[in-house]
Amino acid sequence: MQQYSFDVQTNMSLAKKLSQLSWMLIFLITAVACVGFTALYSAAGGSFDPWASKQMIRFAIGMAGMFMIALIDIRFWHKFAYWIYAGGLTLLIIVEIMGKIGMGAQRWIDLGFIQLQPSEFMKLAVILALARYFHSATLDEMRRIFFLIPPALMILFPVALVMVQPDMGTGGMITIAGAAVVFLAGAPLWIFVTGLIGAAAMGPIAWEFMHDYQRKRVLTFLDPETDPMGAGYHIIQSKIALGSAGFEGKGFLHGTQSHLNFLPEKQTDFIFTLWAEEWGLLGGWFVMILMALIFMYCGWIALRCRHAFGRILAFGLMVNFSLYAIINMAMVMGVFPVVGIPLPLISYGGTAMLSILAGFGLIMSCNIHRDSKLPKMN
Amino acid sequence: MAKVKRTRYARKKHRNTEHDRNLSFTRRAVLIGALQGSCLALLGTRLAWLQIAEGAKYRTLADQNRVNVKLLAPSRGLIVDRSGIPMAVNTQNFRVMVIPEQTDDLEDVLVSLQKLIPLSDDAILLVMKQAKKAPSFAPLIVRENLTWDEVSTVEVNLPELPGLSIDVGEIRFYPIGGATAHILGYVGAANKGELNSTDPLMKLPGFKIGKTGVEKTYDEALRGSAGAAEIEVNVVGREVREMSRNPGQPGQVLTMTIDSELQKFLEDRLIQAKSASAVVMDVHTGSIYALASAPTFDPNIFARSLTPQVWEELMTQEGHPLNNKAVGGLYPPGSTFKMVTALAALEHGIINKNTTFFCPGHFNFGDTLFHCWKPGGHGHVNVVSALAQSCDVFFYNTAIDIGIERLAAMSRKLSFGAVTGVELPEEKAGLFPDPTWKRGKLNAPWLQGETINAVIGQGYTQATAMQLAVMTSRLVNGGKAVKPHLAEYIGGKQTFPEEWPKLGFKPQHLQIIIEGMVAAVNEPHGTALGSKIKIEGMEMGGKTGTAQVKRITMAERAAGVKNENLPWHLRHHALFVGFAPVGNPRYACSVIVEHGVGGGLAAAPIGRDLLLMTQQRDPAAKEIATPNMPIKPIPAQTPQVPKERE
Repeated sequence: MQQYSFDVQTNMSLAKKLSQLSWMLIFLITAVACVGFTALYSAAGGSFDPWASKQMIRFAIGMAGMFMIALIDIRFWHKFAYWIYAGGLTLLIIVEIMGKIGMGAQRWIDLGFIQLQPSEFMKLAVILALARYFHSATLDEMRRIFFLIPPALMILFPVALVMVQPDMGTGGMITIAGAAVVFLAGAPLWIFVTGLIGAAAMGPIAWEFMHDYQRKRVLTFLDPETDPMGAGYHIIQSKIALGSAGFEGKGFLHGTQSHLNFLPEKQTDFIFTLWAEEWGLLGGWFVMILMALIFMYCGWIALRCRHAFGRILAFGLMVNFSLYAIINMAMVMGVFPVVGIPLPLISYGGTAMLSILAGFGLIMSCNIHRDSKLPKMN
Repeated sequence: MAKVKRTRYARKKHRNTEHDRNLSFTRRAVLIGALQGSCLALLGTRLAWLQIAEGAKYRTLADQNRVNVKLLAPSRGLIVDRSGIPMAVNTQNFRVMVIPEQTDDLEDVLVSLQKLIPLSDDAILLVMKQAKKAPSFAPLIVRENLTWDEVSTVEVNLPELPGLSIDVGEIRFYPIGGATAHILGYVGAANKGELNSTDPLMKLPGFKIGKTGVEKTYDEALRGSAGAAEIEVNVVGREVREMSRNPGQPGQVLTMTIDSELQKFLEDRLIQAKSASAVVMDVHTGSIYALASAPTFDPNIFARSLTPQVWEELMTQEGHPLNNKAVGGLYPPGSTFKMVTALAALEHGIINKNTTFFCPGHFNFGDTLFHCWKPGGHGHVNVVSALAQSCDVFFYNTAIDIGIERLAAMSRKLSFGAVTGVELPEEKAGLFPDPTWKRGKLNAPWLQGETINAVIGQGYTQATAMQLAVMTSRLVNGGKAVKPHLAEYIGGKQTFPEEWPKLGFKPQHLQIIIEGMVAAVNEPHGTALGSKIKIEGMEMGGKTGTAQVKRITMAERAAGVKNENLPWHLRHHALFVGFAPVGNPRYACSVIVEHGVGGGLAAAPIGRDLLLMTQQRDPAAKEIATPNMPIKPIPAQTPQVPKERE
């Protein structure tokens, strides 16, 4: 434990750290965020109010936070990973209890200036805690089933809390991101194979236990045309908006479907549709390429990190980010059920923006401190 | 094998090294990266598929989404009489509309309006009910047919009545009113069956279509075609902007054969007879100059608000004002049918001009005694005097020789038993019986006695005034199969042929019939002598008829009960057919007075007046209004509607 030193200056100068900031990544993040501002400006009918301006302020705040997180020594994050996890879990429980004692079901804590959604930060905290746990794991340990029980609990406990909110989407995302981290850490493949088979087998059983509306959602996804005015409406309208755009799109501020309000949730979950309606296939691909570059850059950061904590943390966070991006786009294109997953950095939403940028902060911290020596726990 | 095992062992040995962990991580990271990459690639392809391959399909869907086609009702075609006088026009219909979302309180506004113009509580309730269902930006009709005074009152108070507005629609107006009600019919909202029509106009709320009369027959031409405005709407249907507008095609002008002055005259004349119908037509062209049925009704009440009380009254009134009896009323033709018998007998060589029979006042056939209408009989009669005096026995004598089949064939040539094809949907076919019909209908063989009844137009035979007028025309026009029609031009196109086919009668036989009819009106003992036209050159020929409503019983015949002393609904129908002028027949008419007791008494005077008036106006000699001729102004008491508001 004595190896820890939180005096940043003693190990790396601030100037050195700044020079190590991944400007390429910052540029890519800003580019994607600008896509978001443009789309939100259009969603409001050519106005910064009510969405674009707020989103820009949040982005600015988030960027500041991101820099701070990036500059903080990786050993700090390593040391306090479990504490952060515990804090997140506490917030989740508080939200749950507040819901129970008469404030109505809610997912956030109102801090006055911002409504904090603990589940958003929990996503990061889970990955942080898992990275810490697997940091010093040996491959032999990874093969021991008992060694894998604590991380499984670390994933399942917050997932259970999020699921009862109920927020199936976020719960599922934490599960998948957590599983990816466990996979990266080197857990035996049979666990995942068994898990997949088990999930598949659970399908029919889950179907039995599903509420009618949940079944309907699944059926609607399989064939949206069965319920064009009801649950299938979102998917159909989104496909119409995308499909009618063509190669070059309908032009900035000229997306008919979104501006005439045929497109639901245009500023949040379906913002990609609005963007691609106005900017066409070119615009859609542009966003996808930016996203891919971000994935690649973060992956590269993870791979060249010299400690397992950083590798797992950076890659895990990247996987988490990519899951949101991919599932959201798949959703609006009608190849994945509508599960209420926003498009990161682009969709309107405060906590999501802050947590995403915090995640990138951690990734950058991994980059800056890639050569740091982290203690082995065992 | 051994080599492989050793390698594996060697690898296992070094499993804990940092290097191996790194390698494992990298492998798995690359795997996940590949998965992400392929996911993105698939999404990129999917987007391309949606936007390029299926783009056209979705563009169509998108346009359907946002573009609402709003139908614009075309102006209904005018109906004018043969000289261009309007018979059916469209007048402005001032309506008070309300847009619920622009009011502070819908009910308050409507109650305030109630203080300004007559507005029933029910109407307010109806609007409130509609407002709950319709989107709040959709205008609702509060009241229609405002007078100019009401319009000004509302206009002045509009600043205090937020959400209200005045709107101008079109409403059908029949300037002549009751006199043309039966010919023109009226318009009304489409009923359920008619709504299935493919015409998109049918879906317009409040769109009116022809319900009866020529309004119905020529509905398609009069209706015009729908205009359309393409309107961009948002998801709740609120109009964002108008993209294009096509005003549509107004309905075509329908020029009627009717002479509206003659029509008005005839209707007035018939109303004096309580319940009657009459037709006057051109024997050569088939143009109907007047066709009327009394009593009548005001067709304008159907376009405006028709109250249940008024409807009830129209439905129950004696004489059935809503029915067009000239084409829809079926009567035994009585003695007016004798020309058919006479022509059949002449054409088949059973009699000639000089054949005489003795009329003792009755005719024995087997055990049955057939009476002549004249007790004591007519003595010796030939075909001309038999027609003039309407001797029944003369025709009884020809009955068996003609036979029912040949009589039926002749009656059909002269328009009995089938619709004449006049453009009135209410027209009935009537009936002339023959053995086939009787077997099919009553499952009984034809009796010879029935033929004897048939030759004088009694028995099963039923005909309309329209058919009798056509019969008369065909007898006096040289045997041409003329068909009646009410439309001269539709949108400038003539509706009937220039020449009608010949029926193949011998001219001398037709001349004998004409002689008989002339004698009936102009010779002593003629049944219609009292209705003789004494003006030189305008003399008419004709034939009276009396159709039994109730069979005269032996007791009544013995007691000498006079038909006119029976209750109205049991009295005989009075019929008359006629033509004029006698020298060169041009006009033919038929008149049926329900329960008028006797043809010579009730029907012939109307026929005389009608033919006289027709000849004086002489519509056949006047030029017909062509579409190029300007529409004449509506004469007299038409409501003066202000041209512009504001």
